[in-house]
Amino acid sequence: MQQNNRTERHTIAVLADNEAGVLARVVGLFSGRGYNIESLTVAEVDPARHTSRITIVTSGTPEVLEQIRAQLGRLVPVHRVVDWSIDKPGIEREMALVKVAGAGEKRVEALRMADAFRARPVDTTHTSFVFEITGSPSKLDSFIDLMRPLGLVEVSRTGVAAISRGPEAM
Amino acid sequence: MDKDDRNTRQAAAPALEMTGAQMVIRALKDQGVTYIFGYPGGAVLPIYDALFAASDIVHVLVRHEQGAVHAAEGYARSTGKPGVVLVTSGPGATNAVTGITDALMDSIPLVVLTGQVATHLIGNDAFQEADTIGITRPCTKHNWLVKDIDDLARILHEAFQIAVSGRPGPVVVDIPKDVQFKKRPYVGPAAVAHRTYRPPTEPKPGVIEKAVALMAEARRPVFYTGGGIVNAGPAASAGLRELVELTGFPITSTLMGLGAYPASGPNWLGMLGMHGTYEANNAMHDCDVMICLGARFDDRVTGRTDAFSPGSKKIHLDIDASQINKNIRVDLPIVADAGKAIAAMVRVWKARKYAANGAALKQWWAQIGRWRAKRCLDYKPSSAVIKPQYAIDRLYEMTRGRDVYITTEVGQHQMWAAQRFKFEAPNRWMTSGGLGTMGYGLPAAVGVQLAHPESLVIDIAGEASVQMTMQEIGTAVQYDLPVKIFILNNRYMGMVRQWQQLLHGSRYSHSYSETLPDFVKLAEAFGAAGFVAERPDELDAKIAEMIAVDKPVLFDCRVDQKENCYPMIPSGAPHNEMILSDAEDEAAELGEAGKMLV
Repeated sequence: MQQNNRTERHTIAVLADNEAGVLARVVGLFSGRGYNIESLTVAEVDPARHTSRITIVTSGTPEVLEQIRAQLGRLVPVHRVVDWSIDKPGIEREMALVKVAGAGEKRVEALRMADAFRARPVDTTHTSFVFEITGSPSKLDSFIDLMRPLGLVEVSRTGVAAISRGPEAM
Repeated sequence: MDKDDRNTRQAAAPALEMTGAQMVIRALKDQGVTYIFGYPGGAVLPIYDALFAASDIVHVLVRHEQGAVHAAEGYARSTGKPGVVLVTSGPGATNAVTGITDALMDSIPLVVLTGQVATHLIGNDAFQEADTIGITRPCTKHNWLVKDIDDLARILHEAFQIAVSGRPGPVVVDIPKDVQFKKRPYVGPAAVAHRTYRPPTEPKPGVIEKAVALMAEARRPVFYTGGGIVNAGPAASAGLRELVELTGFPITSTLMGLGAYPASGPNWLGMLGMHGTYEANNAMHDCDVMICLGARFDDRVTGRTDAFSPGSKKIHLDIDASQINKNIRVDLPIVADAGKAIAAMVRVWKARKYAANGAALKQWWAQIGRWRAKRCLDYKPSSAVIKPQYAIDRLYEMTRGRDVYITTEVGQHQMWAAQRFKFEAPNRWMTSGGLGTMGYGLPAAVGVQLAHPESLVIDIAGEASVQMTMQEIGTAVQYDLPVKIFILNNRYMGMVRQWQQLLHGSRYSHSYSETLPDFVKLAEAFGAAGFVAERPDELDAKIAEMIAVDKPVLFDCRVDQKENCYPMIPSGAPHNEMILSDAEDEAAELGEAGKMLV
């Protein structure tokens, strides 16, 4: 096979029945076949129909990504698989809670940076902030990098949620 | 009882209340199950109790749960119906895992029912508790833990639907003991359909036209067919025969697809792949249009992928979209049922009045003739010792014209059988292809014989493989199943020995059997018949005796211990670099890259 060694990063959404073990099937598929998971987000999105939406950020060659989509599509409880990087343009957002501790100049600088990134302090003490920031994963990366020298203590990220532009559903 | 009748009955008595265990038996009956293969234990006692009262389901008591699954596979593969297995929790389920994985790799429809500890004990490390769903998740098409009696009947019916539809495969339904005791109204199969699972079976519009146009332009075409044709049913095989005749193209098949096109057919090249024929592999390498029907470009078939059939346009028909472009990039994928797609190809070829490129095809057949002239399956005969190839040839000749089903174990004997035994029809050849499970053949023969009581069922075995599930000869004796276990006994794990010779400097590390049972006495101890043949001149008479005996037979056929299975594509080599004989392999370079592969 003509191997293409170019690695791409794709965001894939999976709509599945919210039945016991469905997440284990998806995760087991990735580990069993040696695929990468960079982030994974899952929640029930339609309680009436018991459907869950799993959003996976993964990376691989175009051949591997094609296999990932096909293998996901073959799981019995999976209804639909959409690759936002191929099938249709999508919007990606991620949320992070970022704890920064410090005093004096660094503390002021952290708050100023947070304002520039539209990160919101959700917990404040005399020696720390917890910022809530939403945006593309790369925006979160930049913010976290900037916080590092300013007393970064801890990060919690949700992983990516994605949806298509325009009026149609996935 | 026909389907309508059944529906009416259900409508008349909608709220038939029964226990979970009774529901299991009722669901099996409603699904048309007549045989189940199983082994009782604590967590399935209520189901066995319900089975005690059931008159129209025959339970076959195996000697080990692995045997139950292989027997169900043999039953399924030879009938086209799903095989059903019933085992207990914990060790019952874990013993079944090898067979379930085997069925997954070879796309065999199975419904495996496992008992589980009571729901309140799950997660407590209870006696004979195992996370059956977790363990079998990667080796089933789908599986369910039934925690609620309200779901049981629906899940049982869904299980059958999923096992047989799309690409067939094994499913597991794990039923806790308390659920087996609870009572609820039963729901029949007519009222159940999976919410979303509808694998597409019709080819996309236009794709068949494109494929057929490509075929009509071909100068050096080859059909490469696989187990998908057998799984698609007898009509798919009939369609394939018509398509081959219409086009006049040569055809080869994988191990799993043998019999879909008859070995006596004029266009037959023999099996392809690692131990395939010289003509089949060279045709694959040099073709300009490859029509892959229901096969999956397995590594045993492709050899080195970057040198696989470099100049061809590839059409790939598979019901499973994930097989497309998995190992080999193809030019024209067709995701559909093999029977439907092949029938459409025949239709389009006729409607458009296509004709193959006669002049080019004639040249191509002449080239194939030159490859055939190598006579790659020839071997050095002997009058002193039984050559394994001779044994298979004699077995074939002596059983020719009879209603024969062949199963095998895994190794050299399996490849010799695939190369030399000529299959004229599908569903006659049961072998462990994908997983390569030693110990498959004997229990599979039990399942086949049960489904075809009047037929001659032979397990072509090796003395090492057969010892892995040897105890199932007891099952054969108990149920009067006169299976013939034809053991090519070379005292070695022959394929391991062959690889050690070719790749590991003839260091035969632990591949020789210092001790073996006396197979004749062993057969007698089980209540079966035993034969031994040591000389070529006694073989025919002994085989005739074996066939004549109306009991299970262990036939100890002592063969040349050092014979290698050729031709062979050493791993890491392309299709056009085959080793044809021992004389050649000494010169052959088997590099480090080849050693890495298995």
